[in-house]
Amino acid sequence: VKLFHVFIVFSFSCLLDVSSARTHVNYEIKGDVAVIRMNDPSVNTLSVQMQREMTEVMDEVWGNSAVQSVVLISSKPGSFIAGADLNMIQACTTAEEVTLLSQEGQKMFEKIEKSPKPIVAAINGSCLGGGLEFAIACQYRIATKSKKTVLGCPEVMLGLLPGAGGTQRLPKMLGLPSAFDMVLTGRSIRPDKAKKMGLVHQLVDTLGPGLKSPEERTIEYLEEVAVEAARGLAKKQIPLTKEKGLMQKIQDHVMSYPFVRQQIYNTVQKKVMKQTKGLYPAPLKIIECVKAGLEQGPTAGYLAESQNFGKLAMTPESKALIGLYHGQVTCKKNRFGTPEKEVKALAVLGAGLMGAGIAQVSVDKGIHTILKDTTLEGLSRGEQQVYKGLNDKTKKKSITTFERDSFLSNLTGQLDYNGFNKADMVIEAVFEDLSIKHKVLKEVEAVIPPHCIFATNTSALPIKDIAAVSKRPEKVIGMHYFSPVDKMQLLEIITTDKTSKDTTASAVAVGLKQGKVIIVVGDGPGFYTTRCLAPMLAEAVRVLQEGVDPKKLDSLTTGFGFPVGAATLADEVGIDVAAHVAEDLGKAFGSRFGGGNIEFLKSMVDKGFKGRKSGKGCYIYQPGLKRRDVNTEALEILESYKLTPNAAISSDSDIQYRLVSRFVNEAVLCLQEGILANPVEGDIGAVFGLGFPPCLGGPFRFVDSFGADKLVEKMRKFEEVFGNQFTPCQLLLDHAKDPSKKFHK
Amino acid sequence: KSKKTLAKPGVKNIVLVDGVRTPFLQSGTIYADLMPHDLARAALQGLLNRTGLPKDAVDYIVYGTVIQEVKTSNVAREAALGAGFSDKTPAHTVTMACISSNQAMTTAVGLIAAGQCDAVVAGGVEFMSDVPIRHSRRMRKTMLSLNKAKTLGARLSLLGSIRLAHLAPELPAVAEFSTAETMGHSADRLAAAFGVSRLEQDEFALRSHTLAKKAQDSGLLSDVISFKVPGKDIVSKDNGIRPSTMEQMAKLKPAFIKPHGTVTAANSSFLTDGASAVLIMSEEKALAMGYKPKAYLRDFVYVSQDPKDQLLLGPTYATPKVLEKSGLTLNDIDVFEFHEAFAGQIMANLKAMESDWFAQTYMGRKTKVGAPPMEKFNSWGGSLSLGHPFAATGCRLVTTVAHRLQKEGGQYGLVAACAAGGQGHAMVIEAYPQ
Repeated sequence: VKLFHVFIVFSFSCLLDVSSARTHVNYEIKGDVAVIRMNDPSVNTLSVQMQREMTEVMDEVWGNSAVQSVVLISSKPGSFIAGADLNMIQACTTAEEVTLLSQEGQKMFEKIEKSPKPIVAAINGSCLGGGLEFAIACQYRIATKSKKTVLGCPEVMLGLLPGAGGTQRLPKMLGLPSAFDMVLTGRSIRPDKAKKMGLVHQLVDTLGPGLKSPEERTIEYLEEVAVEAARGLAKKQIPLTKEKGLMQKIQDHVMSYPFVRQQIYNTVQKKVMKQTKGLYPAPLKIIECVKAGLEQGPTAGYLAESQNFGKLAMTPESKALIGLYHGQVTCKKNRFGTPEKEVKALAVLGAGLMGAGIAQVSVDKGIHTILKDTTLEGLSRGEQQVYKGLNDKTKKKSITTFERDSFLSNLTGQLDYNGFNKADMVIEAVFEDLSIKHKVLKEVEAVIPPHCIFATNTSALPIKDIAAVSKRPEKVIGMHYFSPVDKMQLLEIITTDKTSKDTTASAVAVGLKQGKVIIVVGDGPGFYTTRCLAPMLAEAVRVLQEGVDPKKLDSLTTGFGFPVGAATLADEVGIDVAAHVAEDLGKAFGSRFGGGNIEFLKSMVDKGFKGRKSGKGCYIYQPGLKRRDVNTEALEILESYKLTPNAAISSDSDIQYRLVSRFVNEAVLCLQEGILANPVEGDIGAVFGLGFPPCLGGPFRFVDSFGADKLVEKMRKFEEVFGNQFTPCQLLLDHAKDPSKKFHK
Repeated sequence: KSKKTLAKPGVKNIVLVDGVRTPFLQSGTIYADLMPHDLARAALQGLLNRTGLPKDAVDYIVYGTVIQEVKTSNVAREAALGAGFSDKTPAHTVTMACISSNQAMTTAVGLIAAGQCDAVVAGGVEFMSDVPIRHSRRMRKTMLSLNKAKTLGARLSLLGSIRLAHLAPELPAVAEFSTAETMGHSADRLAAAFGVSRLEQDEFALRSHTLAKKAQDSGLLSDVISFKVPGKDIVSKDNGIRPSTMEQMAKLKPAFIKPHGTVTAANSSFLTDGASAVLIMSEEKALAMGYKPKAYLRDFVYVSQDPKDQLLLGPTYATPKVLEKSGLTLNDIDVFEFHEAFAGQIMANLKAMESDWFAQTYMGRKTKVGAPPMEKFNSWGGSLSLGHPFAATGCRLVTTVAHRLQKEGGQYGLVAACAAGGQGHAMVIEAYPQ
């Protein structure tokens, strides 16, 4: 689910600007070196304007006999070129138009590549997508070691491919395996790795305080070093091709055999099919382009690249992924404004998986955090979890051991309420039981200062019920984190009628600081996420009762695009939690939430089959073993709850739609009832919190692209057999009736 | 002068009676076979000889060291016993990177000011010819477990667990622990941040060597004592002073940041062996014992800042602070002795001190303090040329200020130094009326 980071930048830049004065690119001649500076008024993207000005400037530079070499640099502190202009692509209505855009980019970079005067790309900040393709067309690359400097081809995460020569140049530059890894995963590469891979030639350190601000001086320094390198290249003092190492020579030799390359294509293709189930067209097209370039030559390669780029831009998958990207950007902003008081001191109650996870993502953002538990054993386990979480990062080298230590100094583990009088926010993550939550709330309110916010981390208990015993309900709010907290990006914030706007703003601010993607929803049983998941899991249990094997159930769900199968998901969530939630929500919503028999879940719990945490659930989990076997004892329990499937609605496809339609219908109902503020948050919550298929873009985009009428039709068929569990909600019916109604414009 | 004297009524005057040092030698040369306390002994004995101090008149000994020899972790005590001081004289060792002996001296000042002692010997020693190299952690763990293993079988199984990789030795870290960056690398970045060119650095380094050579030749380095190295000849001169030419220096490749860095072996201080010692007393006691002190040790400060980007900016922060404390201005100072870790570091500090923007943005000051005039600055050479045995440098700086004040006839001197960990120090020294 971690597909979406900040990548190709959406910019409304200057499509209308037709004046001849240059606003995006300028240059200066320093002796015999032309320094070209990119400075888009907003963010550097390869917009129409940028490309036009760049072409003009390049022509002038090439035509100037005093210039022997060129440095290409950005004047923006945080970015070289953040990517192509997404608007430019989205404005196209046909594949041919997009293909044409790609071909223009290819032509421009071909001229750069064949430049008679060496061009040095001086990279500071993000060099992504089209920006990277520009850089690799240059003869030499120098990058700063800044934390903001990342290189990558994130196009695949938007359902696209690098359409300006990336699929052609990278394999030649890095070798097939590294190039495939980069282009197919879209991963961002840090400077040191980029140097090792041969993606950049030279690294420049970031500078600290001097006679100018560190950012400004670092760019200046980069430029100085780049100008020297450009001179060296022009005078042939610096060779353009590096002497290849022995390993590289061996690799090149091996790769010169067509059957070896064929083997690699097959392996990569298989791996992609296994991971994507064929639901994502972009990776397959990328393989096609690379193959065309290497096996049939550049002409065929570049043609395949531009045509496939055009085709991909028109796919629903790409539109869904781009939609999620925009949604994620929206959910990374605080629409409630800046809170009156910044939360600097946090207290977390309960050092369980959730509590410790919340503490971990807080301390490493510099928030002083008290982690309180009731027992020494619980506290010790929780503190160890925080330590391990941070220590694992040192092993991956994303932080140093020193940073780990200094982050940990923000953590105070304790058993009492000492220091709560200075807390700005308390997040409780104690056991999901209303009476315990009430007890804790009262205890906490007795010790915290008046401004302190009380947030409750619950997955299903209505916040207003918890707030009922509060003396200050305007300070009570729900913060629903997802497990594991340090890995899952979503945070669902729940407000009651009484929650003040400032409390909400503060909770969102804390969540954003913790690095979360945030949706803010209304109060009610199960809020939004749990409420959507519950009917789907109820249906999954029924499917199991109908004799479908857990492995089969998993493959049906993953085959639809869910990253985790339904049976595995139940084990991950915990069978006991699922039973608990099913019972609570069943009481609140009645027969609509029925389906599978709750008694089956309870029998599982009685036997100790609580899912992964207990070692047994639908599957058997053994430490150190990746392979999982189906828990035959669970199947025995299932025997006594066996149902006879109705053949008319039990095909593989029917089962998939039974599961998905209940999820989607409940999501739409949440919007109808006002639990959700908008469809965007609904899509983001479902994808980032519950693993709704990213290729479908979330339940709302799914209804838009699949067709509300077709979905209603399917539901009606299931409704005949199962009754109101499949009755489409009014909003869905409205959309079915009027095809012009769409959740996303 | 803003002030006639820094003496304050009711405050004890503390004086530097004298200071000596062994010749500073490039590591791996004539001292190579010694141990750190041997050098320290030589400095202590030299001080006794120079001052004619009765050994039992010393109340306390404080010594600084950076890279510790594990066998003599309290090197102060071992050296004192070896140098023939009374075994009734307590001694302790301090460490604060390149300002360790400054810390030793100010500790002495504190002991005297607090009325605990009247005569304290302070000093510092560094011995880079031999540094502790350890077994790997895994190997150490195995070896320690071996001690506890009772049966032959247990021992054999432990021995069997040793892998070739465990035998790889662990060198003492040359990098900052908190940032994992070597000091030379940080100095190169600092020079770049302040726009210090390679040329400026080479020029400054050449200046240091030229001035040191001149001082050595004209006998100004009177703090150096002769030292008979067992098995070798008597050493009486620093051996790292080598004035070169700009052309020769320009040929060197950058030592840390490649290929575009500016810090080279020629414009950095080199690894050095050496020890220094000073005798610090209350003025009353010194006079009572018939000494003619060389200088008053007055106000001092310690500062610290970001160990990553401002690792070597200690003098910039410490100088205005100590001047403010003593009520002096930069113009009142007649003699400056700054520790030269790298030419780039000195030039960066001078530029920082000369910048209003830096003072306002990073130091919370209204205006710059100003850079010292070069004719008053390190005019007998510095760490770049004389050498830099980490913990011995501080005493050399203070003694040199006292000697220069006597020679040049000034009243106030200022010592400033940077140290690993992003720390710094400065002290104001006042000439003793002649």
